[in-house]
Amino acid sequence: MKEFLAQVFSVEVWEYVLPATWQTIYMTAISTTITITFGLLFGVLLYVTDKDGLHPMAIFNKVFGAIINSVLSLPSMIVVIIFLPLSKFIVGVSYGPKAFIVSLAIVCIPIFSRLVENSILEVSKGKVEAAKAMGAPNWDIILKIMLPESLPTLIRNFVVLTITLVSITAIAGSFGAGGLGELAVRFGYNRYRTDILVAVIIVLLAGVEVLQLFGAFISKKILKKRHLV
Amino acid sequence: MAAPFIEIKNVSKIFKNQDKEFKVLKGINLEIQKGDIFGIIGFSGAGKSTLIRCINRLETVSSGTIRIGNYEIDKLSKKEMNLYRQKIGIIFQHFNLFDSKTVFGNVAFPLEVAGKSKQEIEKRVAEILDLVNISDKKDFYPGQLSGGQKQRVGIARALANNPDILLSDEATSALDPVTSLSVLDILKDINKKLRLTIILITHSLDVIKYTCNNMAVLENGLIAEKGSVREIFANPSSETTKVFIKNNSDLAKVDYLVGGEGI
Ligand SMILES: Nc1ncnc2c1ncn2[C@@H]1O[C@H](COP(=O)(O)OP(=O)(O)OP(=O)(O)O)[C@@H](O)[C@H]1O
Ligand SMILES: [Mg+2]
Repeated sequence: MKEFLAQVFSVEVWEYVLPATWQTIYMTAISTTITITFGLLFGVLLYVTDKDGLHPMAIFNKVFGAIINSVLSLPSMIVVIIFLPLSKFIVGVSYGPKAFIVSLAIVCIPIFSRLVENSILEVSKGKVEAAKAMGAPNWDIILKIMLPESLPTLIRNFVVLTITLVSITAIAGSFGAGGLGELAVRFGYNRYRTDILVAVIIVLLAGVEVLQLFGAFISKKILKKRHLV
Repeated sequence: MAAPFIEIKNVSKIFKNQDKEFKVLKGINLEIQKGDIFGIIGFSGAGKSTLIRCINRLETVSSGTIRIGNYEIDKLSKKEMNLYRQKIGIIFQHFNLFDSKTVFGNVAFPLEVAGKSKQEIEKRVAEILDLVNISDKKDFYPGQLSGGQKQRVGIARALANNPDILLSDEATSALDPVTSLSVLDILKDINKKLRLTIILITHSLDVIKYTCNNMAVLENGLIAEKGSVREIFANPSSETTKVFIKNNSDLAKVDYLVGGEGI
């Protein structure tokens, strides 16, 4: 056992694991950025155009919601594959982490859109009415009231999203995206290198835990500042 | 007498939920003069909130008209409506303050909406917080305030942009009697100082007696009676009013028996 642990933390293993970790961080970071941008936009759009929203647009909302749901309902692996050609085309690279960035974002945008929509919906109706009654245009209601009011929840959901992305990145690894996922498949599964597999697991667990703690910390800090906890 | 400032004519409101129709307002006629503190009382579900929400167009009327000053509010475009709403303040039973903003931020928001400059906003917020006596809490968040303090911030926010009308939907029913009185005193005070027209919804006759000059009793979507507070108290004609008056004196008796002092 001791020997095995020594092996897990050996220089040889981490010469594989560290670069793969960076690749995973790189993919996750860029995909997250894209996902946040579009997820916020789409989430707000879903909320605003709902029949009880600030600017109801029933047909658009139905169609848009259906598109989001259909991407959501497919297994993420399949979505990654479907959009891979598009992803490669947009990025202009056909292998490695970079090629997967757009594909990964497309898997996550629907998830985050719904999370954003739900976060905004949690803001009490009374606050929306108060803002409306003041004659605030919808733009102000969204940017100055709804998003700031739901910020603590948004941050928590943002962490959920990032963690999801990390796990999908690992799946993408088996299609040549590189990163920790590929390492786990190539060495841990195909070559029975349990030491490398364990090292990968340690990094993933630690990374997810750090993200989780960080998100909870920031969210709590905002709630404390507003004296809501 | 001059034309009333607010004229509600034959207003009805029907809600449709899955093929079912709920007729909530059934032909309301009301005239409210400038500078009135107008009380509306009625049982739960009578349609009081719906009526007040038609006045700032959070609801649109199903038929009838509401005229305020020279405007027929149902004919306003969306842009005009937002301008119109900037001149109608409203305070709520549950305050509806923005938890993400400080007291200053809450009161500043309607001024930002109205496109005021930073200096104007600073000056006006300070003024209005002074008026409702809560200047010392300027940098507090709503989460740090008591109910009475929250409602004073609510009033400050409603008054920030110098409205012509203040709507109050059970603004004191979440507060204890003493705090209620202080809030009502503020309303009376600003009514006198600014000649502000106030429409005040309540379940309490005491609140009406203390605050209003004219009143209406709403019963099941219809006006059961309306007139000056003094006349109606001296000579109630509708069943609802009589029940309210009877319960009110019963409550006062109970209060007396348990050693309270009533309001
Ligand atoms: N959006 C809606 N859809 C259907 N019915 C509604 C809607 N809003 C209000 N109502 C109904 O209208 C009636 C009057 O409601 P309203 O809130 O105006 O009463 P209220 O006099 O303010 O009562 P309370 O004293 O309890 O606040 C109620 O029966 C309520 O169920
Ligand atoms: Mg009500």
